[in-house]
Amino acid sequence: MTPKKKRFYIIFSAFSFFCFIVGTFLIILQDNILFFYTPSEILQKNLKQNEKVRLGGLVEENSVVRNNIKINFTITDLKKNIEVSYEGILPDLFREGQGVIVNGYLKNNIFEASEVLAKHDENYMPPEIKKKLELK
Amino acid sequence: MTNFKIFKYANPAKFLYLCEKTFIYLVLLTIIFLSFGLYQGFFNSPEDYQQGNLVRIMYVHVPSAWMALMIYSSIAVASCMYLINKHLLANIFCKSASLIGASFTLIAIVTGSIWGKPTWGTWWVWDARITSMLVLFFLYLGHMTIFNFSENTTKSGQAAALLAILGFVNIPIIKFSVDWWNTLHQPASVIKLSGPTIHSSMLTPLLVTALGFFFYFLVVLIIRMRSEITNEKINNLSFTD
Repeated sequence: MTPKKKRFYIIFSAFSFFCFIVGTFLIILQDNILFFYTPSEILQKNLKQNEKVRLGGLVEENSVVRNNIKINFTITDLKKNIEVSYEGILPDLFREGQGVIVNGYLKNNIFEASEVLAKHDENYMPPEIKKKLELK
Repeated sequence: MTNFKIFKYANPAKFLYLCEKTFIYLVLLTIIFLSFGLYQGFFNSPEDYQQGNLVRIMYVHVPSAWMALMIYSSIAVASCMYLINKHLLANIFCKSASLIGASFTLIAIVTGSIWGKPTWGTWWVWDARITSMLVLFFLYLGHMTIFNFSENTTKSGQAAALLAILGFVNIPIIKFSVDWWNTLHQPASVIKLSGPTIHSSMLTPLLVTALGFFFYFLVVLIIRMRSEITNEKINNLSFTD
């Protein structure tokens, strides 16, 4: 084996080994890397009393009820729903049908959110095109 | 391995000659692509149906992020060339490209943060995409720091090359973070199997700006590599006579 080939194999095996370690860590830590859980996942989890989690999904159509600064809405992943109550300022993109992520506690089947974040999807288009798509 | 045409330019003199011939054209290409792309992006492209005018940050954010990943990948490849083939020019490339890559990473993070506040409702979250991008920034910083450990670039270059190669594992993690885990960051819109989900009136200025960023990178790279080669020559001078 030439020295050049030897160096190649050393670097190749070092990199592969490192990838293996990083990959293993990522798989072990999978649960911590997830930024939010869907309603189905939250209902399956055995949440501890007062455990803060993030819940993500779509705001269900016709579920938003505003009462002064208090706002109630339902988050759905199209399988399970969770009712959310929140007091505070909402991001501009918050609307029915939008993906949102809320941070807070699940109490008596109602999610009390202390923070609401809006998710942006991967579609970018001018408003006219969006209207045309909706008409179709 | 030695049949690769690129290795012809592993000779610094030939490389400098190539730079000299192409430099002015690269500057012109940078000016043309950047001015056309950014003008189209900022003034002549439509608003987005959700974000309105905020979408214009994308024309800087996305090309910067692409450049950050592209430059890191090229540093990783050049590091392999340096460690395996011992090409000194590859080492000079790594040393020169690192700062440019770090700058693009910082631009991507800062513009993303400015976009995130009005869109998501937060400046910063620790989701997989944003965190892995921050890791990339620290990898760049570490890479530059190692080069500063010693005046002897050949020696410090080996340690830096090892860091660059091992750190390359972060690149696929950044790219696929939005698919593997739930993140706040949206999934890819342009580089994906099912084709772009971004309207052509926005995609064209985005791609033109990205090309402009690429030529800009080449221009700055050539300037930095030239001075680095001169630097090496000065360091190798012996003042015996």
